[in-house]
Amino acid sequence: MTRTLLLIELKGGNDGLNTLVPYADAKYRELRGGIGVPRERVLQLDEKVGVHEKLLPLMEAWKAGDLAIVQGVGYPYPNRSHFRSIEIWDTASASSQTLSEGWVAQAFNGASLAKGVGVDCIVADTNALPATGPSLRTIVMQDAENFLRQANAVRPASVPGDGGNPALHHLLSVRREINAAAAGLRDRLHDVPAPAEAYGQEFPLGRQLDLATRILAAKVPVVAIKVALGGFDTHANQAPTHERLLAFLAANLATLRRNLIAADLWKDVVVVTYSEFGRRARQNASGGTDHGTSAPQFVMGGGVKGGLHGAYPSLSDLQDGDLRHTVDFRDVFATLARGCWGQSFDFGVRQPQRLGFLA
Amino acid sequence: MSARLGRRRFVRGGAALSAGLASGLWSARPSHAATAIGFDEARHLLSRASFGVTPAEIHALEALDYTQAVDRLLADPRREAVTPAPEWIGMGPAELKGRQRAAEAERKKGIDGKKLEVVLPVREQGRELKNWWVEEMIATDQPLVERMTLFWHGHFTSSLAKVRYPSSLFRQNALFRQEALGNYATLLRAVARDPAMLIYLDGRGSVARQPNENFARELLELFTLGEGNYGEADIKAAARAFTGWSVDRESGQFVDHPGRHDDGQKTFLGKSGRFGGEEILTILLAHPRTAEMIVEKLWREFVSLRPDPVEVRRLASGFRQDSYEIRPLMRELFLSAAFRDRANRGALIKSPIDLIVGSVHVLGLPVPEKTGLVRMLQGLGQVPFDPPNVKGWAGGESWISTYTLLLRQQFLRRMIEATTVAPMEGGMRMADRPNRRADRRQQLPAVDTRMAMEPPRPVEGRSLRNAGNEVRLGPSLAGIDSATLLRTLLPVEPVDSVATNGSAGAVVASALLDTSYQLK
Repeated sequence: MTRTLLLIELKGGNDGLNTLVPYADAKYRELRGGIGVPRERVLQLDEKVGVHEKLLPLMEAWKAGDLAIVQGVGYPYPNRSHFRSIEIWDTASASSQTLSEGWVAQAFNGASLAKGVGVDCIVADTNALPATGPSLRTIVMQDAENFLRQANAVRPASVPGDGGNPALHHLLSVRREINAAAAGLRDRLHDVPAPAEAYGQEFPLGRQLDLATRILAAKVPVVAIKVALGGFDTHANQAPTHERLLAFLAANLATLRRNLIAADLWKDVVVVTYSEFGRRARQNASGGTDHGTSAPQFVMGGGVKGGLHGAYPSLSDLQDGDLRHTVDFRDVFATLARGCWGQSFDFGVRQPQRLGFLA
Repeated sequence: MSARLGRRRFVRGGAALSAGLASGLWSARPSHAATAIGFDEARHLLSRASFGVTPAEIHALEALDYTQAVDRLLADPRREAVTPAPEWIGMGPAELKGRQRAAEAERKKGIDGKKLEVVLPVREQGRELKNWWVEEMIATDQPLVERMTLFWHGHFTSSLAKVRYPSSLFRQNALFRQEALGNYATLLRAVARDPAMLIYLDGRGSVARQPNENFARELLELFTLGEGNYGEADIKAAARAFTGWSVDRESGQFVDHPGRHDDGQKTFLGKSGRFGGEEILTILLAHPRTAEMIVEKLWREFVSLRPDPVEVRRLASGFRQDSYEIRPLMRELFLSAAFRDRANRGALIKSPIDLIVGSVHVLGLPVPEKTGLVRMLQGLGQVPFDPPNVKGWAGGESWISTYTLLLRQQFLRRMIEATTVAPMEGGMRMADRPNRRADRRQQLPAVDTRMAMEPPRPVEGRSLRNAGNEVRLGPSLAGIDSATLLRTLLPVEPVDSVATNGSAGAVVASALLDTSYQLK
């Protein structure tokens, strides 16, 4: 049971309240008087919450039972700085702790990965922190063609010859990793057909999902692929921007699902979205929202147990104007690590909470 | 005077400079005193003490004996930058905030949710500040001072991303330069009151009834003792002691609010009293771990990836007894057997700044606009004024991943191309290609006419792929034989075979692309 995890970072802090809308809560109307999603524009999932209508393309997966939504995900003592909070997520650290190793890498510490192919993780955006650490061979590439062309210019490193110099030893071993990854990817990617259905062009996420689909179709045995969609830092005039992003995300995730189902790969993949934080419960004076705390995460895949998981944070029990998280993101990570790779790792959470979205 | 060759102080001091370059003296090496350090050791010393080494700089040291050479490097350190400061450094935070708000409001005037392209002052000042320091690293006549300034920046981190007030980081940088080879105790005491630090680690909002522990925690963990030498209670006590130290919102200067200070009894590292910040720092400076921690870090920066604990204790004890004078410590470090050990030549990995600034210097590439260089540094993971987190840059082996190694090779190829494709007078014009912010700035009325007069962008590499095979040698490398060029550029034998029978330009190109060029 090994599945590839497809990480989708929503950069800037996605507004959870306007993504998974507590439409039945009068408090929501009060907090979001101007930019709240009207009831008729909510696709109701149960009697309390529903998703923004721009997420309509995801309803196919929802109805098929392979879309899970984990509600109220966050962490104690939330940090509201973009760069610090995403670092906390990426390294699965406590709020007061600075770690340098990514959570995916931590999950594989002490585990022996099959080294058949020269790469364990592929990062298609620029932030590789979740997959950074000594246990993983991670390759960052904007597209496969460019990577292979650059790697071609790196001659295969000859016999060791580091003369006992640890710095040179490290350089040569990284060089060999590049050679190995390129060798492993070159032939496999060469014959892979383009995805059945093309991705959108409006944001780089489309190109990144295209690469991810090819890697999966080529059966490159990577443990994780990371992509990203930016632009969620909606401090002012939020609605048009946020809706455009949600629509693009949903349409392209639906395309991904259809492509992977067509290639008979959907059961081998788990897709998860995450963001550094949600946004402040009460909208601001500029028709936008400021940095907040918890937000929902979407998890999709053929092996995912669909439906709502966790509890929606209370809108009448805010902490400094922000939602109190009900699920610790490290419990989500632990569930993913177990369900995707069979790795048991609790990321230092004192009282781990079992989440049922992935067997 | 040639700015390129005259830039380094120890070169200027060498009378043999012009003779050495103009004639074939390199092959017929002048005879030295028996104790002269010679070419390779002079190269080693310079490669650790500056950003990139040219043959002329090596030549200026090689006839000295080793101690003289070290003393030459450490003599009369510069305490101020040579590059003129950006014009906005006097702007207070309140004014900057006002301008930022106005610019943001202006941006929103676009229609359909599309923002107008308006220069945001915080971002623009940040860009100029980074460019300013890169400029200084290239222009300085004392690269060791810039190395040390960068070292203190990595030690006492503060980042633009959080501070968002570039003037305060400029002043912090001036402090690091002033004490670069000065006194660590002075530096620590000044940093605790430094506005950028008070913003970065939340000291400015730390008050008696709600002390913020951020600064106290990092002070103990990163700036002085290191983990395992204190407890949580010590952090809490130190946090209380620093309450009241803050930043004035109008002027951006340090301000002490006695009314917000907790002057109660505290117990810190086994000592009790009604401590304030000063007393906490005094206790920390008396602790032997503080000096050891600094020496270990300096060792990793200047000597090798693996500090020798016995030597660290010896150097640290001297450092503490010498009241934390930095210059004598650096002298001891450079004179140590470990530093001079041949096994430690080429035993460090170049940082992105070593690689980019050093290559620009060695090749003598004019780069009038530094934004392109900063973008390279960003790709490679070392943007000045934006360390990744409070721990600073991890450095060492972490500089090299599959991604950064490929990127390093790509940037080096672009520099090699730039020597050939771009007219040298026009400089390397990588800057204005992918940078939208810089482009935007150029849409404004030209303030700098030199920019406008430059020739159009050179043809990009793709159509002139062969241009990347050979370096057009500037004055720093011209007229020097291939063997000397190789010994200058590479600290150890090349990993791949370098054809020495080709032209000197081809030898330089293949040396720059050899894996061993990543070492220093």
